Amino acid sequence: MARYLVRRLAFLAVSLALASVVLFVLLRMLPGDPANALTSVGASPEQIAAARHAIGSDRPLPEQFTHWIGQLASGDLGTSFVSSLPVGPEVAARLDVTVPLTLAAFVLAVLIAVPAGFTAAHKRHTWYGTLLSGVSQLGIAIPVFWLGMILIAVFALNAGWLPSGGFPQDGWDDPAEAVRSLVLPVVTIALVMSASLIRYVRSATLDVLGSDYLRTARALGSSFGGAMRRHGLRNASVPVISVLGIELASTLLGAVVVESVYALPGLGSMLATGIAQHDYPVIQGVLFVSTLAVLVIGFVADLVQRIIDPRLRGRLSGGSR
Amino acid sequence: MSTKKNVLFGTATVAALAVALTACGGSGGTSASGGTWDKDAVVNIGSLYEPQNLDNTAGGGQGVTEALNGNVYEGLFRLTDDGEVEKLLAQDYETGADGLTYTFTLRDGVKFHSGKELTSEDVKYSLEKVLAADSQSARKGNLEVVKDIATPDKRTVKITLSKKSISFVYNLSYVWIINSQAKELKTTEDGTGPYTLNKWTRGSALSLNRFADYWGDAAANKQVVFHYYKDASALNNALLTNAVDVVTSEQSPDALEQFKSNGAYKVNDGNSTTKLLLAFNDKAKPFTDVKVRQAVSAAIDDKKLLESVWGGYGKQIGSMVPPTDPWYEDLTDVNAYDVTKAKKLLSEAGYAKGFSFTLDTPNYDPHPTAATFIKSQLAKVGITVKINTITPDEWYTKVYKNHDFSATLQEHVNDRDLVWYGNPDFYWGYDNPQVTRWVEQAEEASSTAGQTELLKKVNRQTAEDAASDWLYLYPQIVVANDKLSGYPLNGLNSQFFAYDIKKKG
Repeated sequence: MARYLVRRLAFLAVSLALASVVLFVLLRMLPGDPANALTSVGASPEQIAAARHAIGSDRPLPEQFTHWIGQLASGDLGTSFVSSLPVGPEVAARLDVTVPLTLAAFVLAVLIAVPAGFTAAHKRHTWYGTLLSGVSQLGIAIPVFWLGMILIAVFALNAGWLPSGGFPQDGWDDPAEAVRSLVLPVVTIALVMSASLIRYVRSATLDVLGSDYLRTARALGSSFGGAMRRHGLRNASVPVISVLGIELASTLLGAVVVESVYALPGLGSMLATGIAQHDYPVIQGVLFVSTLAVLVIGFVADLVQRIIDPRLRGRLSGGSR
Repeated sequence: MSTKKNVLFGTATVAALAVALTACGGSGGTSASGGTWDKDAVVNIGSLYEPQNLDNTAGGGQGVTEALNGNVYEGLFRLTDDGEVEKLLAQDYETGADGLTYTFTLRDGVKFHSGKELTSEDVKYSLEKVLAADSQSARKGNLEVVKDIATPDKRTVKITLSKKSISFVYNLSYVWIINSQAKELKTTEDGTGPYTLNKWTRGSALSLNRFADYWGDAAANKQVVFHYYKDASALNNALLTNAVDVVTSEQSPDALEQFKSNGAYKVNDGNSTTKLLLAFNDKAKPFTDVKVRQAVSAAIDDKKLLESVWGGYGKQIGSMVPPTDPWYEDLTDVNAYDVTKAKKLLSEAGYAKGFSFTLDTPNYDPHPTAATFIKSQLAKVGITVKINTITPDEWYTKVYKNHDFSATLQEHVNDRDLVWYGNPDFYWGYDNPQVTRWVEQAEEASSTAGQTELLKKVNRQTAEDAASDWLYLYPQIVVANDKLSGYPLNGLNSQFFAYDIKKKG
């Protein structure tokens, strides 16, 4: 296990280093000029040149790259071209929204999807088992912004129970208000996420239900519940955890649509603004942090799978059977 | 438009100002100003324009003007919501007989938010900041006539110009007076306005607190919070749920009906200076030919376009000049919608069978809608339009800097920006030496009457030459909770003065 951990961490570090190079190079290949965000209609060529000089985008690329890597090494994500604010603290402030949003939505989605998916498989011949499968199919087809708009119309505009959007300017200093403003976004993401999760849980459960080992366990006298708990859960959870890891990672940045509908200052909207303004330090900072998060989530998912499934322990990575 | 144009800040009573402002609305005295209002109210303002940073000489953008101009920072002069230039930090000024020297006397007892007293040194510093090599101020070019800034004493500033500039005082209304010792102005502030910056949370909100040591009348509310939205419907929802009290500039015409039919809200139709242009590259074929430009202008039914984008709001214009500019003339009859005439002009120009061109279209509203409309209109006279959708960033590089385009759509927001047609190097490449001379002469005119007369000529000439096709003038729609009064209606150049806003308790 220790040897595995070392190798896995080394793999993580190399991935991160490679990602930072790819990130830097790809960004520079985008058409456009970061100085454009700072100039206005009427700007003279001198003013445009001055803007480039001020943000350092007129310096040679290798110099910009070593500058960035140097900053990273000292734990500094640099300063935004556009706002002149340091990127690190802003990412941290955005994570105050994004992390609770993602985690709460994730937990809620699992709480919905696991029982629902199991029921859909186990009771597939009943009307409600079929209904559950149908609803999850439908759920996958629902665009997230549309669901958001419906929830806002019902719970904010008509009932007036919850805010239609926004996040308190002082963040978690006012925990009640912060929680209230996250309820609808969390439900929106959780519903959409659980729709696809139900299908994974359902098919993993179906696999298990039809397996020889379950039948054997039952033949040896285990009750259905006992056999499921002892053999079924473990086997069914391995592929589901893979999917969970991917869902969690993609929600970190993929929440951008929900953030826009609910006017939340999250990581996704920071990235979107950064891209629109060609604000390289902001884009690099957000992507670097999220790459790190994705790698760590993958690492944790692997680790959990290895604990659950001893057959995986010989491999470096992976989890799909 | 208002009958009370000469109301001077600091001398008028708050009530008089409120009356003057509601009078602008033109909808009678049903506003809340008559009732009691909460002196310590928090006013929540919803906006789509977050500042990029807090420095208007470093690319702060439209948002920084909206939030800070007049609220946190003040100039020697102020452009009122009616478009008048009035004295603010300048108590008085004299112009020399040669028209080249200006002597300003500063108001006494003005303090910066840091506590330091305003002196002539700060004015010199602030003007030099706009003129500095690294300045991104949109007024840098206009103010480069400044040759010398002298500060004979603490309250006197003497400025010498290299040539006469009739717009000098007007241009000074864009220069924020900043404490010469202030640092980190992109993220903090030190101005003299009625509010201090409380906190800016990027991506979310910017809040201002009433400044206790303000030299003039204290703000009519205790705190103002600008809430920023990326999505117009999210902003409207915030207004419907009272998360914000007022929307600075409504950009979602479909949503207006729900506010108009609801007595708890007031929809104000003000005057904007934002024009939607179909800008030809006048230096690229076939738009080098004046007849082609006239034909395209005549082939597009601007009225129908305006109707489809804005419903009953907005105005038709026949030139670059909005009605609030002093040299406005109604030129909608020049190159008016006339398909027969358009076809005739095209055949005279040798394009009887039409031609095809690429229209570089910014990817945000209303440009894509307008592009599709133009495409279908021009198809009727045999012109094929290829719509090329581009980001604002690409627009700057391709169109604005490299002049690599045939025609483009763009909104031009500022007032008094007709003068760009006098610059042959501007992106649209309109080059008429006579117009260039008129623009120069107008700037050096000795009186505003002389300036106005010359710019009217420029206005007519550019309209007749169809230098661009001015599609329509945007409406400026402020939607507010009925509890609110005293908010600006016209939002000239994106300013949004918050200090007179009163909220019923």
